[in-house]
Amino acid sequence: MAVELKMPALSPTMEEGTLAKWLVKAGDVVKPGDVLAEIETDKATMEFEAIDDGTVTELLVPAGTEGVKVGTVIALIAGDDEEAAPAAKRSAAPAPAPVAEEAAAAPVAVEPKHVAPASLAVEPTVPEGTEMVRTTVREALRDAMAEEMRKDERVFVMGEEVAQYQGAYKVTQGLLDEFGEKRVIDTPITEYGFAGIGTGAAMGGLRPVVEFMTFNFAMQAIDHIINSAAKTNYMSGGQMRCPVVFRGPNGAASRVGAQHSQNYAPWYAAVPGLIVIAPYSAADAKGLLKAAIRCEDPVVFLENELLYGQSFDVPKLDDHVLPIGKAAIVRPGKDVTIVSYSIGVGMALDAAAKLAEEGIEAEVIDLRTLRPLDKATVLESLSRTNRMVVVEEGWPVCSISSEILAIAMEEGFDDLDAPVQRVTNIDVPLPYAANLEKAAIVNVAGVIEAVKRVCYR
Amino acid sequence: MTSQDGDARRNLPPLALHVPEPKFRPGDAVDFADFEMPVAGAVDRPPTDSASRDMAGHVYAMVRVLDDEGRAIGPWNPGLDPDRLRRMLREMLTVRAFDERLHRAQRQGKTSFYVSSTGEEATAIGAAHALDPDDMCFPSYRQQGLLIARGWPLADMMCQVFSNSGDRMKGRQMPVMYSARAASFFTISGNLATQYPQAVGWAMASAIRGDTRIAAAWCGEGSTAEGDFHSALIFASVYRVPVVLTITNNQWAISSFSGFAGGESTTFAARALGYGIAGLRVDGNDILAVYAATAWASERARAGHGPTLIEQFTYRAEGHSTSDDPSRYRPSEERNLWPLGDPIKRLAQHLTTLGEWDDERHAALEAEVVAEVREAAREAEAQGVLGDGFRHHPMETMFEDVFEEMPKHLQEQRDQMLAEYKASGL
Repeated sequence: MAVELKMPALSPTMEEGTLAKWLVKAGDVVKPGDVLAEIETDKATMEFEAIDDGTVTELLVPAGTEGVKVGTVIALIAGDDEEAAPAAKRSAAPAPAPVAEEAAAAPVAVEPKHVAPASLAVEPTVPEGTEMVRTTVREALRDAMAEEMRKDERVFVMGEEVAQYQGAYKVTQGLLDEFGEKRVIDTPITEYGFAGIGTGAAMGGLRPVVEFMTFNFAMQAIDHIINSAAKTNYMSGGQMRCPVVFRGPNGAASRVGAQHSQNYAPWYAAVPGLIVIAPYSAADAKGLLKAAIRCEDPVVFLENELLYGQSFDVPKLDDHVLPIGKAAIVRPGKDVTIVSYSIGVGMALDAAAKLAEEGIEAEVIDLRTLRPLDKATVLESLSRTNRMVVVEEGWPVCSISSEILAIAMEEGFDDLDAPVQRVTNIDVPLPYAANLEKAAIVNVAGVIEAVKRVCYR
Repeated sequence: MTSQDGDARRNLPPLALHVPEPKFRPGDAVDFADFEMPVAGAVDRPPTDSASRDMAGHVYAMVRVLDDEGRAIGPWNPGLDPDRLRRMLREMLTVRAFDERLHRAQRQGKTSFYVSSTGEEATAIGAAHALDPDDMCFPSYRQQGLLIARGWPLADMMCQVFSNSGDRMKGRQMPVMYSARAASFFTISGNLATQYPQAVGWAMASAIRGDTRIAAAWCGEGSTAEGDFHSALIFASVYRVPVVLTITNNQWAISSFSGFAGGESTTFAARALGYGIAGLRVDGNDILAVYAATAWASERARAGHGPTLIEQFTYRAEGHSTSDDPSRYRPSEERNLWPLGDPIKRLAQHLTTLGEWDDERHAALEAEVVAEVREAAREAEAQGVLGDGFRHHPMETMFEDVFEEMPKHLQEQRDQMLAEYKASGL
């Protein structure tokens, strides 16, 4: 097949030029890089080269022609055996040699995992008879960090007020005393700055846990999270890693106003390259934060201020690690599936308890990981209950709820006996006033109402 | 009408803003007669453990080693042997030939985009020689000289620019956004100055791990306006981080001259003072000065005395990129009249002064590197160029490296795509 050679543009403004001289004639065999012609503009003379192997079949514009428009076909080249030649070349091309020896020249250490990887595997079962300890979410998160820091000296914590003050919400309580100021680092007030520093430290072979005082402040830092951390592996063609954890409270607290009450789960969950985790219980918070710290990918770990003080049973195990990407059925049921995550799970469970009194057995799914999303667990439950409600403490539009609805529509349509309902916050910036705030945030009554709607009750 | 508009204020002069304007616009006669040429060899070389306040004058002066006659003079003269100087010259010539070749390749449609570093070759090559080969570099997009000085294969770099089957970034990055882990060369970011805090973070990690490698970062003078630049400096200062931070002040950020980044009122090196960081202002077209300053900063960092901010004063001779036509906003002859000259000519002149070089050898070396670049281009182009069909990474590779382990939904999408492709019979 003949390849058309076109008049090239020498500069962004060039529209035409002079074909000064042909250096080949019809019938000549050319290799890539061979100079075919010289082309002149008012600015410069350029050598025009062959791109492919081939034979010149025809020169369409004679030498000396002025005013040849950019894009005009000036010659035809017959490609020789287009499949075979490049393939042969490819194998002949030497693999680029690293400039230095492997050991010395691995600046971004992707070290062998010295602990079991927290993969997208099956959840380990807690052995029968394991002692359960009532633990707050706050303590569970701290324990997770402390255990990983003891196990792996690459792990360190950094953020505003994490050291001397023991954390703005006391999540890092005791860490400075145990691990010292080299591994529990108070930072200047620049989220953008320490997100970049953390990203760089992860590239440099450490395992940073970057605490945002709240994820509202991570708006400053989102460029590093999305444009750097989430893209490091991909943009380097798999050469580099950025195993950083960004963690902190997310979502509404109590009367901290519109700028401090936002749920960023849908924002981060939209981004390929990020793992996004939003646990509800203390046991999940601990098991998933440990998994997040061990994860080779960057993780956004979304906590909830209102959950910090709540207590849950946590299994007393030496190494309680949970798989990333696995939802949990936290209450089994047969009539309807309620899907939620983070603080919404508590509302779903409360609603399910009340619904049981009215004879509706609701199954409650805690998504736990939002990216990658465990569609299978959601769809399997839907195939049994045929009805679904999604509960989310956050805005309704382009939300995790929207995503669950889309999955149910695309892949669970035949299982649906009623349209899936979402129960979310009102679609407004969260008001400060207590009465308005209460009215704007998702609540148990709303969940019950939606469940009855899909059950036609 | 509000009360502020009332008659009582009518005698006050109206407020005004200053909008920076470059000295010359297209059509103006370029005349650098009032450029105060800093004297070569005149700046002292302080001990590398000096407190930043004790060397405050260095941020306003300019470290220069090569004088007008091409002699190396003064306390910053690194005293490099002629073989090393010839290697540096060869590498700068290689960068230039590489740029010329790939700039033309873009005009021929072999790639969509290219960025030349013409006129700034010394800032990368000089630094590469002063750093250890495994010190971690966080470059901006005009430091391909680092890779070339570290012996990285030219064809490998070209494969990235052509985004072909040999591209180690698997066709995912814009041209010139190289990434070479084995060369301690971090993935170039398209977002400005993000590499600055990342380099500081990397260097902090190196120190925490008890390693001996330092980090080095580069950004343009325009990018110093970004928040990242300032965040990096505060961290570098507070924790006395072993990092060398370089600003390549090439006078132009696309069409905005350096005044828009604050260059009219002070120097860029002076940004260091407010942070308590050692600052050096350097003739970036004098490769011996670039080498000496980077070596000074590297010694300071390695010895635990903290970071250095270096301003390399240079000139962007070409457009910002192949998408830019600088003749629309600055006179074309400005590059030829730039008072600090051309870094390649200046090093060649120095070698000639030493009796170690002549025009004949220079011409031979130029021809040699042009041939080397041409050979590399042939090797790279054989693996594909922009838009020539299927000599690229297989399409299923786009699902790789998103996560450490491919999640199920990506496996499904990949399998679906392959099935559709197969069914289409292509």
